[in-house]
Amino acid sequence: MAQEKVEFPIAGRIVSVAVKGGDVVEEGDALCVLESMKMENPILAPVGGLVTNINLAPGQTVVTGELITIIEY
Amino acid sequence: MFSMFETGFAGLTWGSVVMFAIGGLLLYLGIAKKMEPLLLVPIGFGVILVNLPFGGLMETIVQGRVYEAYVVGGEPAAIMSRVFHYGLTWEVIPVFIFLGLGAMTDFGPVIANPKTLILGAGAQFGVYFAFFVALLIGSALPDVLQVGIKEAAAIGIIGGADGPTAIYAANRLAPYLIGAIAVAAYTYMAMVPIIQPPIIKLLTSEKERAIYMKPQLREVSKTEKILFPLVAAIIIILLVPKSAPLIGMFMFGNLLRESGVTDRLANTAANALMNVLTILLGLSVGCFMSAEYFLKPESLLVFALGIMAFATSTAFGVLLAKFMNLFSKEKINPIIGAAGVSAVPMAARVVQKMGQQANPRNFLLMHAMGPNIAGVIGTATAAGIFLGMLG
Repeated sequence: MAQEKVEFPIAGRIVSVAVKGGDVVEEGDALCVLESMKMENPILAPVGGLVTNINLAPGQTVVTGELITIIEY
Repeated sequence: MFSMFETGFAGLTWGSVVMFAIGGLLLYLGIAKKMEPLLLVPIGFGVILVNLPFGGLMETIVQGRVYEAYVVGGEPAAIMSRVFHYGLTWEVIPVFIFLGLGAMTDFGPVIANPKTLILGAGAQFGVYFAFFVALLIGSALPDVLQVGIKEAAAIGIIGGADGPTAIYAANRLAPYLIGAIAVAAYTYMAMVPIIQPPIIKLLTSEKERAIYMKPQLREVSKTEKILFPLVAAIIIILLVPKSAPLIGMFMFGNLLRESGVTDRLANTAANALMNVLTILLGLSVGCFMSAEYFLKPESLLVFALGIMAFATSTAFGVLLAKFMNLFSKEKINPIIGAAGVSAVPMAARVVQKMGQQANPRNFLLMHAMGPNIAGVIGTATAAGIFLGMLG
């Protein structure tokens, strides 16, 4: 099964998390919303598949390159 | 003595009623539509206030005679005419707003990817395009419009989407247009999310918009960030001396931010000082918009050409990005060219959204900040060039 690691493209603070482990997403679905540079930016799923290894909470600060989730497809 | 008491009703004219409607519209856009509320709310209220008859907020004395409206070259004699005179005519407010902008700006994306500076320059084409069109229209209709080369330059600067610069240039080149130019610049900036996307779509293919750009920009060192404002100020001001007030303050504000030892000053410049200046700027620009100054054919021209300048700047930014792709191995997403229209950060936000729509992997926000900031520098420089030639 193929896997895709999804990483934060920019540093910021997590506003909300839209998915949990075990969810199935379509390409382009929002995974979470990241506040960065005074803007709320949705982070989208690059591929459709099964969401695994997700461990995020609102309010958490993250840096560029940090893991969001691994999507299995 | 009661016979001396006078209400304002008798002084109402159709012009003041039209201005109430315009002030009301600006308040509506600011409050209900949340379009640039920090500026449109003070401007809108100022417009209503100054058009109430006999209030005398903008009284000016010229050769011993008191005028109700602000007169360029006169002596200010009331509260708002003094703020306008010493704040705007003396250029204090827009220049110090640039100090605050500098203190708010992170040059990191520009330093990491200096190529994006070129995109910021590309978006200034709209300035010159609107300038030439204004000049043409002005010379074609000399009986209707009083638009000469200076007025045309002041109108063109709107295309840079930079409020303080537009106001600064208007004050020097065409002071009586300052109200229309300020309102046009700020409303179009707020409308960037409506103006830009159709132009970007027209000029790019789905495939081009989906071009993926790696998120990780190079790490920029502290030394580079400290040196950048110094070096940039020296180079730009040597090249375009008349840009010294705006660029000098902008870079100084940025040095306060990046030096690491003047955080108190940087914070004041970016927050408290900026807010004070925004109140004074908004209110005094609004108060300048009395019916006799605003309800003129020239104002219509300002609004018509202003939006054209925005559109042209967007188009040239995108086309320049496509042009750069012809020569570079690592392709840039042409959408980021649109961010050269400075409107920080609205234009960058548009780019981010459209890039993500075309390709969910794309996250262009940081890439767009480069041209966005370069656009601010570009517009201030373009204004400096105009002032050097015409001021």
